[in-house]
Amino acid sequence: MIETGPLLVMAILFVPLGSAALLALFPDGRLTGQLNTLASFFTLLASASLFRIRPDPSQFLIVDDVNIVFIVLNTFVAFTTSVFSASYIAHEVETGRLTPTYLRFYHAMYQTLMFAMNLALLANNVGLMWVAVELATLTTVLMVGLYRTPAALEAAWKYFILGSVGIALALFGTIMVYLAASAVVGEGLNAMAWNVLVRHADAFDPHLLNLAFVFLLLGYGTKVGLVPLHAWLPDAHAEGPTPISAVLSGLLLNVALFAVLRFKMVMSANSGALAPGPLMVTLGLLSVLYAAFMLYRCHDIKRMFAYSSIEHMGIITFAFGMGGALANFAGLLHMTYHSLTKSAIFFSVGHIAQVKGTQNMAEIRGLTVSHPLLGWGLVLGAMAIVGLPPMGIFMTEFLIITSTFARQPVLAVALVIGLLVALGALLLRLNGLAFGAPHGKEAPSQASFVPMFAHLTLVLAAGIYLPPALVNWFQHVARLLG
Amino acid sequence: MDHLSLDVAHMFAGGLVLVSFMLLYQDRMFGLLNIFALHAVVVSLSVAWQAYIQFAPHLYITAAIALVVKAIIIPVALHRIIVRLGIHRTIETVGGIGLTMLAGIGLVALSIMVMLPITAEAGTLTREDLAFSLAVILLGLLMMISRRNAISQIIGFMSIENGLILAATAAKGMPLVVEISVAFSILVALTVIGIFLFRIRERFDTVDVYELERFRGGHP
Amino acid sequence: MALIYDLFVQVAQLLLVLALAPLLTGYIRKIKANLLRRQGPPLLQPYRDLLKLIRKEVVLAENASWIFRVAPYLVFATTLIAASLVPTFATGLVFSSAADLIAIVALLGSARFILALAGLDVGTSFGGIGSSREMMIASLAEPAMLMIVFTLSLLAGSTQLSSVSAFMQGPDVGLRVSLGMALVALIMVAVAENARIPVDNPATHLELTMIHEAMILEYSGRHLAVIEAAASLKLLLYFSLIACLFAPWGIATAGQGVVAMAIGVASYIAKLAAGGLLLAVFETGTAKMRVFRVSDFLGAALMLGLLAALLLFVSRSV
Repeated sequence: MIETGPLLVMAILFVPLGSAALLALFPDGRLTGQLNTLASFFTLLASASLFRIRPDPSQFLIVDDVNIVFIVLNTFVAFTTSVFSASYIAHEVETGRLTPTYLRFYHAMYQTLMFAMNLALLANNVGLMWVAVELATLTTVLMVGLYRTPAALEAAWKYFILGSVGIALALFGTIMVYLAASAVVGEGLNAMAWNVLVRHADAFDPHLLNLAFVFLLLGYGTKVGLVPLHAWLPDAHAEGPTPISAVLSGLLLNVALFAVLRFKMVMSANSGALAPGPLMVTLGLLSVLYAAFMLYRCHDIKRMFAYSSIEHMGIITFAFGMGGALANFAGLLHMTYHSLTKSAIFFSVGHIAQVKGTQNMAEIRGLTVSHPLLGWGLVLGAMAIVGLPPMGIFMTEFLIITSTFARQPVLAVALVIGLLVALGALLLRLNGLAFGAPHGKEAPSQASFVPMFAHLTLVLAAGIYLPPALVNWFQHVARLLG
Repeated sequence: MDHLSLDVAHMFAGGLVLVSFMLLYQDRMFGLLNIFALHAVVVSLSVAWQAYIQFAPHLYITAAIALVVKAIIIPVALHRIIVRLGIHRTIETVGGIGLTMLAGIGLVALSIMVMLPITAEAGTLTREDLAFSLAVILLGLLMMISRRNAISQIIGFMSIENGLILAATAAKGMPLVVEISVAFSILVALTVIGIFLFRIRERFDTVDVYELERFRGGHP
Repeated sequence: MALIYDLFVQVAQLLLVLALAPLLTGYIRKIKANLLRRQGPPLLQPYRDLLKLIRKEVVLAENASWIFRVAPYLVFATTLIAASLVPTFATGLVFSSAADLIAIVALLGSARFILALAGLDVGTSFGGIGSSREMMIASLAEPAMLMIVFTLSLLAGSTQLSSVSAFMQGPDVGLRVSLGMALVALIMVAVAENARIPVDNPATHLELTMIHEAMILEYSGRHLAVIEAAASLKLLLYFSLIACLFAPWGIATAGQGVVAMAIGVASYIAKLAAGGLLLAVFETGTAKMRVFRVSDFLGAALMLGLLAALLLFVSRSV
């Protein structure tokens, strides 16, 4: 009998990889978008089936409670983004911003990025996860610089330098963890496997773990976009193609945070180690406050939403830093909602940039009048990301604030200030963008609206009613996170 | 572990720190490339020696990769790029050389003070090599911060990589070292190609405020 | 009996050092000339120069104070003491308990200080330039020297020259990168302190390029003779220091017989000859650095010394 479990896992990894190779060679430009979507759909099917059939962990790959929802989320957003990207990129080729060669390159890199992210989520080996995150960084760097304008090249270069430094620091932390583990478990692959690490974490040398965690938080934290290591994020989002901004915000930041969470689990299991909480709380709060104030100074729409991503990543890190069942639960939910909402917003921003021909917010006015579907989609998305009820993010922010208030009221107040400042900035901008008399170019929108509204509907539905099975699962993982 | 093996390993690791300082000191592009080639040679010798005393033959592959890719291919490629693109041959620095050197010594002292107590349970060789590799990593970071030039930032990054390779071989029996070093080398090779393709001459710093405004996407 | 023998050996060292110093200077000059395909002055020329200067009349500036007149003798005295303390052909001599590395550094430092004062004393601009440049060099060379001393004494467990030399001859030394760095740093400091190329040209009198020569520009007659003798003694001192610290083979220990002492003397002279040859080749092959580059040069020596000490510290606490 063929083992379906491992087969599914292999499918999740090798469908993207295979299609990357295929897409790089496929000559016909019009079909590459469709092929991309098809490949993403199959990957989504494979990962959804993991809910039913769970393979046993191997030396290199593992599917456990912690990563299964992230895998499904990852493949789902990848699928919807590929739907959006198919029509969006076709329009870019029409306007001449992209040549057909770069089209093939783009799609091949897209699938390679999916492969890398899935591998990072599925990896049971610390080193393998690191290699996967590095590969993801590399592919996104190449894609950020896709348009080859000076600003795009600068953004790609900055991203490369900062990302590589982060990767290097993360590798040093990984080596430290291996050192701590090999003293207890023995040398070899066992000392790098997650399931083994968590089981034996209590016996590790706490000082080594402390140093390792500092390096890991700084290293992977650069990829999450935590202040003060965030400098690459606004440029990368503003200059890359919009589907890539959606994937960066919605998926890659999550994958990097997932890596930090895995290590946090190992740290929490060790009683002598430094509590990882205060570090994460500090970085998270700093990110929220900094991003909230920077929102006022943005003139480029993508840049503004990039800072919003930094803010939300800060909130999530803050929540996981506070720890405890409720805050962890809220953090996990927030990761999911933010993924869906931010990618929906970037879909709409992509439409806007195409119809208006600019990303400068001063030139975009009155969207609800000129393009009603698009305008109201943006309004809905902005309301969701800002945390207004009944959208899901309101509930998670509420949970985080209340659970923080019970333990550290001062921090809760600081967080609320940050959230309110961000709310003010985003709503102020939204007012100018969506309402008022329209002016500027008004090309008809040609890309598909379905992904955007699909995401927003999900977030709205989840805000009102979350199925008990899902709630139970999230609570279970929240307890595991410690 | 007998005295001679330890002494030779110590010599290579200490030599690597010394060459990192020499990298910090360079103010000419071609000199920088030559010293970097020396850095890569010292790292590959160190890894080969570790392969010998740890009886870990797969590390010979890592040493060979470091030697061929970083000591030969990349310096030659960068040399050609510098000539072709007409990049400035001198390197502007942020802060004076003296201050940078003092900061470097401070970083070396810091890494020794941090690493030695933490690794109290590991073997002598591991402790020394880890302390020195952290020093090399921090010196590479200092180099990346204090230079204004794309090529010298890449070289700083590659010296960080060399320090990481030293750390990975010091952690006894770590699997996947070869794979990780291959992954790193691919990363750097692609970037070097990228510089050439995209003609990145300088880091995008300029004193002209108008240019600055433009490259900051208009405004932050 | 043994005490008289030891005393005799100590005095012999002092006289040997005094006698060999001008010979070393002449030897180096001869080799440099030969490398430049010139005949060069004869080997014993420095002795003749010293005798000539002693017989000449001293010309003093009107505003020269007593410092100016006393300085040459003080410089000579301190340098002679320092030079006679460094083991040349035998360690563990009668005065060796005073032969502390730090004491030698202090003695040389005081000699430099007195000379700088003398340069400032007459109030000419050349003297001022020389003294200020000398002090700039000193501010970097002395910390570098102390770092080297620190490295060596960490290894040997003592700052006494005899102990360090004995340790370096022993089997515990091992292959150490710190020692290599300390050696290179010591050579750089020696070049700077003795006013050799690339730091300072001992044969120049151009304003832009003088350091040591500028300080002694006003001296004449027997004063100049004493100062020149002190300069060659300093060069010999540094050679002996490098030889006894890093190439200690052949040095006899106190109390051994005449044969061992003779071997010691022979190996010492051989080391001097080799060192002199290397210095001459190095000086001929390098150009003099501009004065503001000297701080980079000595900064490198300081860095090397610091690194050597740090590396040693690591390997000792592991």
